[in-house]
Amino acid sequence: MNKNAANAGSGATQAGRPARLSLADWIPKIVMAPTVVAAVVCIYGYMIWTAVLSFTNSRMLPSYKFVGLEQYERLFMNDRWIVALTNLGVFGGLFILICLFLGVMLAIFLDQKIRAEGAIRTIYLYPMAISFIVTGTAWKWLLNPTNGIEKMMIELGFEDFRFNWLSDPDMVVYCLVIAAVWQASGFVMALFLAGLRGVDGEMIKAAQLDGAGIITTYRRIILPSLKPVFFSALVILSHIAIKSFDLVAALTNGGPGYSSDLPANFMYAHAFTRSQIGLGAASAMVMLGCVLAILIPYLYSELRGERHE
Amino acid sequence: MSNVAKRQTSGLDKVLRVALYVCLLAMATVYLAPFIVMLLTSLKDVEEIRSGTLLSLPGSIDFSAWSKAWSGACTGSQCEGMAPYFMNSFKIVIPAVAISTLLGAINGYVISHWKFRGSDFFFAALLVGCFIPFQVILLPMARTLGWLGIANTTTGLVLVHVVYGVAFTTLFFRNFYQSIPGELIKAARLDGAGFFTIFYRIILPVSTPIIVVTVIWQFTQIWNDFLFGVAFSGFDTQPVTVALNNLVNTSFGGKEYNVDMAAAIIAALPTLLVYVLAGKYFVRGLTAGAVKG
Repeated sequence: MNKNAANAGSGATQAGRPARLSLADWIPKIVMAPTVVAAVVCIYGYMIWTAVLSFTNSRMLPSYKFVGLEQYERLFMNDRWIVALTNLGVFGGLFILICLFLGVMLAIFLDQKIRAEGAIRTIYLYPMAISFIVTGTAWKWLLNPTNGIEKMMIELGFEDFRFNWLSDPDMVVYCLVIAAVWQASGFVMALFLAGLRGVDGEMIKAAQLDGAGIITTYRRIILPSLKPVFFSALVILSHIAIKSFDLVAALTNGGPGYSSDLPANFMYAHAFTRSQIGLGAASAMVMLGCVLAILIPYLYSELRGERHE
Repeated sequence: MSNVAKRQTSGLDKVLRVALYVCLLAMATVYLAPFIVMLLTSLKDVEEIRSGTLLSLPGSIDFSAWSKAWSGACTGSQCEGMAPYFMNSFKIVIPAVAISTLLGAINGYVISHWKFRGSDFFFAALLVGCFIPFQVILLPMARTLGWLGIANTTTGLVLVHVVYGVAFTTLFFRNFYQSIPGELIKAARLDGAGFFTIFYRIILPVSTPIIVVTVIWQFTQIWNDFLFGVAFSGFDTQPVTVALNNLVNTSFGGKEYNVDMAAAIIAALPTLLVYVLAGKYFVRGLTAGAVKG
């Protein structure tokens, strides 16, 4: 609708001055130019550049001697990368599932005409406003094996309580899950709450007239109508998981050893501190592939939906 | 939606409602607890931390950890506390937010009301910038900043934040300006108003809400950034997140958790304050940035 009106407008001016293009016609293009140049160079150009680097033998400095897929072979032979990828699978999977579960649950609970809803919502969401570095610092202290939650539980009388995940290579990845869920689950709640508020009241009334109980109403009518919110949340959460870098840096610094590394940390370590630019570039390309694998189907379905409207 | 809750209150319903409140409040406690523990820890001295537990109250309120975190704690090789880096963050955030918001407003205005051939395609292409993992641009960007002679400078960081923030700000403004009727712009053009006159007289006066949303979003994003900060800043241009991470991971002698916690709260304070004062706009930015993407 707006689109047509805007097009009609520009058509009118062009009809008035058909032959020469005045400066005025160029203004929109000129003011967009810096962004166009920046996007073409700094998004697409750099992506291609990183792709090129991933096919070279660059180490401390970029070199342009091509070695084919050798860096990718090295990458997938590298134990640290395999650990990082496995961690991403465990961390991402649990993080997404728990956030979705908590988010939906809290949103439904909050949607029952709760007194002081605003205040409670504010409390659930505030972690989203702070940096992952702060979150990591706070949870590093809470999960500290000697002074943290473990000590608190022992003092409370649970003598045998042990909670040393932060120093246990097999369990440390779950510490990342705990901190990340604390930070992001309130956000999922906000998304679903906004979705719940948009559900058609008539539909619910009709269901209840038909004798559907509250649980059936949610399960059969309300939640299915929130499918788009669900997919948005899924995409955003997986995006957060793949990009996670700061949380690991602050909470575990990849340790013990490299047992809690994620791909983003692997990439940074190899490209910037271990002088393995080619390997770092290859790992960045794999990360890009992961994001695109999630994003392209999502954007495709979104754009198709828009056209149908 | 309220219809679901509106049912006759029997005894069972009352019990369920109490359970509901208990559950909600318990969760609120879980979300608040880490911050409360941080605050309590920052007010204790080292001896109290060693002998007490996370939730034990400090014997006396002791702000020495705070003053040390602000102006004396060691972040790597320097021991000037968080203060200089706190200022660095403002030096990065203010210009970066201002420039990216202005560019976003103009771009959104063009994309929604001055379409030209390829502008829609360009918008779609720009959206990709919201989603790429930044690891994929780190290495080329580091080279470029070097060539431009602004590696490790505040200017360099501002540039990086503007370049990768513009995708989001354009998205925000474009979605907002779509709802301004095209007839309005058309009428103004027939009256002879030009591109900038229309922007200044018609568009900007109604833009306040979206400007607030965008500024808050950009402020939070850039203040909380760590990746660009750690990759592109120098020793004396580090933003506060990088300094905090250095402070926590620097350990000469005993670990001072009270100082760590005070420093973490200092680093979180500006964005928390924005959230408390303008939470509504913050949430709108989150959901807009998220759902519309």
